[in-house]
Formats: sequence, C-alpha cells, structure tokens
Amino acid sequence: MMNDLLSRFNKAFESKARLSIMSVLMVNDAVSFNELKELLALTDGNLATHLRSLEEQGYVLVQKQFIGRKPNTNYSATDAGKQAFTDHLNALEAFIRGSG
Amino acid sequence: MSRDHLQTLTDIRGLMERSTKFLSLSGLSGVSAGLVAMAGAVVAYLRLRTGWFTVLDSERYERTGRTLMTQRETLEFLLVDALAVLVLAVLAAWFFTSRKARRQGLTVWTSASRRLVWALAIPLAAAGVFCIGLVYQHAVWLVCPTMLTFYGLTLLNASRHTYRDLEYLGLCEIGLGLIALFLTGYGLLMWTLGFGILHIIYGTVMWFKYDRVTPNRVAFDTDSE
Repeated sequence: MMNDLLSRFNKAFESKARLSIMSVLMVNDAVSFNELKELLALTDGNLATHLRSLEEQGYVLVQKQFIGRKPNTNYSATDAGKQAFTDHLNALEAFIRGSG
Repeated sequence: MSRDHLQTLTDIRGLMERSTKFLSLSGLSGVSAGLVAMAGAVVAYLRLRTGWFTVLDSERYERTGRTLMTQRETLEFLLVDALAVLVLAVLAAWFFTSRKARRQGLTVWTSASRRLVWALAIPLAAAGVFCIGLVYQHAVWLVCPTMLTFYGLTLLNASRHTYRDLEYLGLCEIGLGLIALFLTGYGLLMWTLGFGILHIIYGTVMWFKYDRVTPNRVAFDTDSE
C-alpha cells in the first residue's frame, strides 16, 4: 500500500527546489529568472540547473527576450508540467492521509 | 516522513501566496494616509469656515460662502487641498511600505506589486475623471459619495493582490459612500470618516496583525518597557 502510493510520486519533483519552482509557476503566468531567484533564495547556478532539468522534462517553457540590451528570461509551466505537479500533490496528499 | 510532506505542502502554499500577493504593504501606510487625510479635512474646515455637518454644494456657497470666497475659489481650493492630500498620502504609504520590504529583505518592485498598483490605478483614475466630471456638471455634492464608493470598489479589486483583509476596508468604504449619497448634509464628515478614521483603524489593526511580530522591530514594543 505504502509502496504503491510512493510509486505515484513524480521523480522530477523529488528535489525541494524543483517542487518550489513549479509551485511558483503554477500561480503565475510567467516569472523571470531574477524573481525566482529572490523568491526561492537559490544561487544562480543552482536555480539554472533545476530549471534546465524541468525544461528537459517538458514541464517548463523558457522564453528569452531582450529588454533594451539586457537579456531577460521568463519561465512558465507547460500543460504537462501543471498536470504532473497536480498529480504529484494529489499523491502527496493521499500519502499524508494514509499515514496520518 | 508524513511530517516532512506536510511541511512541504505548507511551504508550497506559502510560495504560491508570496509570489502572487504583495505582502510588504505596511499597516503604518494606512495610518499615515489616514492622518494626512484628516489634516486635509481640518484645513478645508478652517478655510471654508463651514460646519462639519454642512452640505458642500454649490447652492450653499452662493448663500453663505460669498463673503469669504467665490464658488470658483472654493472649488480651486478644494482641488489643491485634495491633490496635496493624495500626494502626501501616497508618499507616506510608499515610505512605510518600502521600509517594511527592506526589513523583510525583499524588493518593493515585483510582479506582485506591479499587479497591485495596476489594480489600484485603473479604477482610481476612472474615479478621478468621474469626480472632475461631476464638478464640471455642477453636481459637487455627489463628489464625496462618489470618491468613497469608487475607492471602496478599488480596494475590493486590489485585495486580490495583497492581504485579503483589505476587502473589509473596501466594503466599509462602499457602505459609507452609499450612506453619504443619501445623507448629503454630512459631506466633510463622511470624507473624514472614510479616508481618515477608517484608514487609521485599518492600518492599526494590520500593524498589530502582521507587522509587529517581525524580527528586528523593537520600537513601539511597549511590553519591553
């Protein structure tokens, strides 16, 4: 029973940072790199690594643009990412109910 | 194990709220805006030599105001007074809010605060033009109820982007504005209640509820005296 519930946890969200990134992107249309950095209190390199892995999974969409001469990168959650996050949260909730 | 997951869910909820809502709005911003508004009302009261319960309409100025000021002068004075209140209140609110953000280690200008400013700016700009239109159409007595009602609706709209408590202030302002529409004799009093007293009450409640417990804050802590 417990193992069955655990198997529904999404491996992509095992890291706390990735789960946090997705929760911010769930409620915002698009968030810039710097805003994510401030909200999550992560270093540039750390955040970039997690974002890249989420992008590779197809959960996060990256949009690069220039504001004047400054590069600005915005991130948003894809439909697949939103679905995966919701499934993961449901599994988390079921696990807590089951063991509580 | 389950405890960890529960903590994770709490963290997620916190992040969702912090990233969509501007939570650096200081209670002292409300108090200072209220004090500025009351000062403005006192200036109007002293200058126009009107009673607190006087009808502020054009008819009245023609009967009693002529010896002191013409109607045009009165309107110009009220406009300058109101603009001064607006500018000072916004400056004071900005000061306390950016100070709170600094203490929280956050920046003031985030996408959440941009959404808040936008939600405030559009209805307030509409209200401003609407009130100028009322004066232009010689319906000066409608300005006070209109300001209060529009302001209440604005706050109701903006409360989605900051502390939900702002909704209650909005509802009170709307109620007061509608009362003022029917009790037209109490223009200045209603204005003072709505923009002065209600702001001070709201700001004080918010300060005690959200601001007082933040670390590094020792001033005003009466318990330690």
